[in-house]
Amino acid sequence: MTITVASRHDKSGPGAQRQQDRPGARRTTRRSGRLRHVSLPYLLLLPALLLELLVHLVPMLMGIVMSFRELTQFYISNWSEAPWAGLGNFRMAVDFDAPVGQALLKSFLTTCLFTVCSVALCWLIGTAAAVFLQERFRGRGLLRTLFLVPYALPVYAAVITWVFMFQRDNGLVNHVLHDQLGIGGDPAFWLVGDNAFWALLTVSVWKGWPFAFLTLMAGLQNIPRDMYEAAALDGAGVWKQIRHITLPSLRPVNQVLVLVLFLWTFNDFNTPFVLFGKAAPESADLISLHIYQSSFQTWNFGTGSAMSVLLLLFLLVVTGVYLLVTSRGRKAKARA
Amino acid sequence: MRRFRAAVTGAVTLSLAFAATACGGGSATGGGDDSPKTLTYWASNQGASIEVDKKVLQPELDKFEKQTGIKVKLEVVPWSDLLNRILTATTSGQGPDVLNIGNTWSASLQASGALLPWDEKNFDRIGGRDRFVESALGSTGAPGQDPAAVPLYSMAYALYYNKKLFAEAGIAEPPATWDELVTAGKKLTAKGKNGIGVEGSNLSNNIHQVFVLGKQHGADFFTPDGKPDFTSDGAVAAVKQYVDLMAKHKIVAPGNAEYAQNQSLSDFSKGKTGMLLWQTASATFKAQGMKDEDWGVAPAPVQSGEPGTGTATNSMVAGINMGVFKNTDNLDGALKFVNFMTSDAEQKILNKAYGSIPPVKTAQSDPAFGAPAVAVLRDTLATSATALPQVPEESQFETVVGTAVKELFADAAAGRAVTEQSVREKLEKAQQQMPKK
Repeated sequence: MTITVASRHDKSGPGAQRQQDRPGARRTTRRSGRLRHVSLPYLLLLPALLLELLVHLVPMLMGIVMSFRELTQFYISNWSEAPWAGLGNFRMAVDFDAPVGQALLKSFLTTCLFTVCSVALCWLIGTAAAVFLQERFRGRGLLRTLFLVPYALPVYAAVITWVFMFQRDNGLVNHVLHDQLGIGGDPAFWLVGDNAFWALLTVSVWKGWPFAFLTLMAGLQNIPRDMYEAAALDGAGVWKQIRHITLPSLRPVNQVLVLVLFLWTFNDFNTPFVLFGKAAPESADLISLHIYQSSFQTWNFGTGSAMSVLLLLFLLVVTGVYLLVTSRGRKAKARA
Repeated sequence: MRRFRAAVTGAVTLSLAFAATACGGGSATGGGDDSPKTLTYWASNQGASIEVDKKVLQPELDKFEKQTGIKVKLEVVPWSDLLNRILTATTSGQGPDVLNIGNTWSASLQASGALLPWDEKNFDRIGGRDRFVESALGSTGAPGQDPAAVPLYSMAYALYYNKKLFAEAGIAEPPATWDELVTAGKKLTAKGKNGIGVEGSNLSNNIHQVFVLGKQHGADFFTPDGKPDFTSDGAVAAVKQYVDLMAKHKIVAPGNAEYAQNQSLSDFSKGKTGMLLWQTASATFKAQGMKDEDWGVAPAPVQSGEPGTGTATNSMVAGINMGVFKNTDNLDGALKFVNFMTSDAEQKILNKAYGSIPPVKTAQSDPAFGAPAVAVLRDTLATSATALPQVPEESQFETVVGTAVKELFADAAAGRAVTEQSVREKLEKAQQQMPKK
């Protein structure tokens, strides 16, 4: 935005110079025209800004207010009258000796592990596919399209299909693993019990990696081909090219990609909700679903809001530190 | 100029994007109408599908429109969404005029203050309180307060059994006690069939079953003054007895631990399972291709003796209530509509279509509700069914104890031991998750 306005100033420079030769009567018109030019972008951004306030900021502020209130079924039709709870909801959420806090901590740790695994796998598969499809070969277009299918499908339809596939008795997964490959004794459960974590991870990676692939493929287009040619002339093999040209050139793309994947995965609600319903198995109790259950299933909206606020703070801190570290790295590199 | 144009494009795109997001949000639709000639009605999904419900209800709504000139906008809401939709409507004040609620939620929703209280005056508009069966009125809100809703369809649990599988396994009579049920189940499993089906991941169904077993063990899950009491010896015994059908007696297939979408009904219809504890299952059996003569129905089992009240309870009072949103702009029309839906004629039509029992006494006399399959449910409702605790925390109870039972089934399915200790631990955890008053 600032750039846009500054550029208007720059461009008005020569124009202003020209106008000086003209009669003074026209000066007012010129000034109001310039004012219009300067303020128009802001005016145009105003509806978006207002909607942004409505859609994001207002609910967020309401959530923060709710987290300080004892909001249960007795007050939901007139929640502004709910009694103040002070820090009670927060204390309850972080009291790790009591069941509510314990469950939240466990769910938080599960989510951290899940996010690290999911983001790492999405990134690895996405990078491998993008590098692989960089070379021209017959069928490349088809593969590129196919790889994007999981990203293009509506989440609900895709995940519900996975639910069918993960059914213990009639599902495709057990049919392949157990009946065809003969792995293990009894057919495994995927939607209840400990395996639920792996089922959730599978669906999350399946759903997430095409985004990494798409972003990295775009990033790869920006690397000049002659760098590779020069490296090849100097005798660098494929691995050396990837290590010394591809990955460093993709650094800025990766910085954004990893952050976005991290935030999306950490907050993912749709996947576990469609996969497990309202009560996820303990092994796959992601924090977003956990907070939903605390708020909407046990009608304890105050505690649920407090948990959301804590989650928001955590994500803000992590994002802040991440941006600080990566920008410092970039600056250091620029200096060198 | 290019940058300027980019800013304009960006701004327009952003506003569109945000507008789209706003539309996509889960905002409540419908809302009270200023016009006295329309009503919005949220019906719960009762039939085999939402389409079936629309087919059943629309002709009746047309009839109502012809009589009164009031058009009813129908929306059939799936069970999984209904409570959340009601909560959203309650918070925003943008709800339907008339709605169906699960009768077990009555006290919870009553506490929210969103529903119109049915005082003497309102009851008079629909023919008086005395028209309704007492057990159905027992689940319309907390005792001593004006009901939050009126009963619309009543249901009770019964034991459905597959006659052919019973004959093959040499079982002469449907079991009347839990011991007999286990024995029959073992005979069925010996023949390669599942003894009985459960919906291990369905929280509400879990609650219905353990509540009845709790009654049989003298436990209520709430103290008389409304405090959660999930860890009494009776409650532990009830939950253990239910999960033991899979864990100890092995008459429930382990796969049932992940059932939550009525898969146990399909298993029964396909002849994979011999028994099922369910409420008004006949319509679903028919929809899934099972002939009426292939299944039988008997009162749900008790520990010993005949079903009755107290520890001989063999069902919860199941059913659907009809409520009016307090902030409706068309109170008169809404009351007219409730009057229409609870009239003798409509009660007969609708309850026949859904295989349920009319909670209106005079409608019950119709011979259709005396047929053997329905008579068991009717008698259960009249003599041996108890309403779930009518406390504001009922909804939370369903969630936390229902989840505890779900986790215990998952343990049983994975071959982990389900002991009195492990049951008590899960119930303790559930109790501690209840909001403190």
